[in-house]
Amino acid sequence: MLFFSYFKDLVGREVTVELKNDLAIRGTLHSVDQYLNIKLENTRVVDQDKYPHMLSVRNCFIRGSVVRYVQLPPDGVDVDLLHDATRREARGG
Amino acid sequence: MSGGLGLESLVDQQISVITNDGRNIVGVLKGFDQATNIILDESHERVYSTKEGVQQHVLGLYIIRGDNISVVGEIDEELDAGLDFSALRAHPLKPVIH
Repeated sequence: MLFFSYFKDLVGREVTVELKNDLAIRGTLHSVDQYLNIKLENTRVVDQDKYPHMLSVRNCFIRGSVVRYVQLPPDGVDVDLLHDATRREARGG
Repeated sequence: MSGGLGLESLVDQQISVITNDGRNIVGVLKGFDQATNIILDESHERVYSTKEGVQQHVLGLYIIRGDNISVVGEIDEELDAGLDFSALRAHPLKPVIH
């Protein structure tokens, strides 16, 4: 649940989601659910010349299972807070 | 795209599905469930290649298993109508490697 809560705090921020098929999609985080499925708004594919497959898509739903990385805004992560929270969760608390 | 969870906001809209094997299927979303299984009506596949423009193959009514879905995109019909698919050249998308 930790990363679910974490991503919920990032709603409204600009992120880049890199998928396991190498496609990278940039957009505004609209919502996230328990499976870490992600909805983005105002999306654009990072290399549109190489990947013109989503030229007419501006809003999309990305299945959590195909996400490789999420690139975050640098100020979107409080490393110390996340550090403590992950440790707490690992201890089962 | 309004609404928080799931694909509710896309029902009865034209969507573009990218599957884990790299295919691109376009159709009208008729239904879905928690596992992202999807029912698509009036669907067709858009086949990208570097040798010729985008080929469209009619598929009809399709159910796609959620396991096999990467991305569901809402198609902006205006943008879509403005694209010249016969001139688009691209490698097909790579399959997802888990």
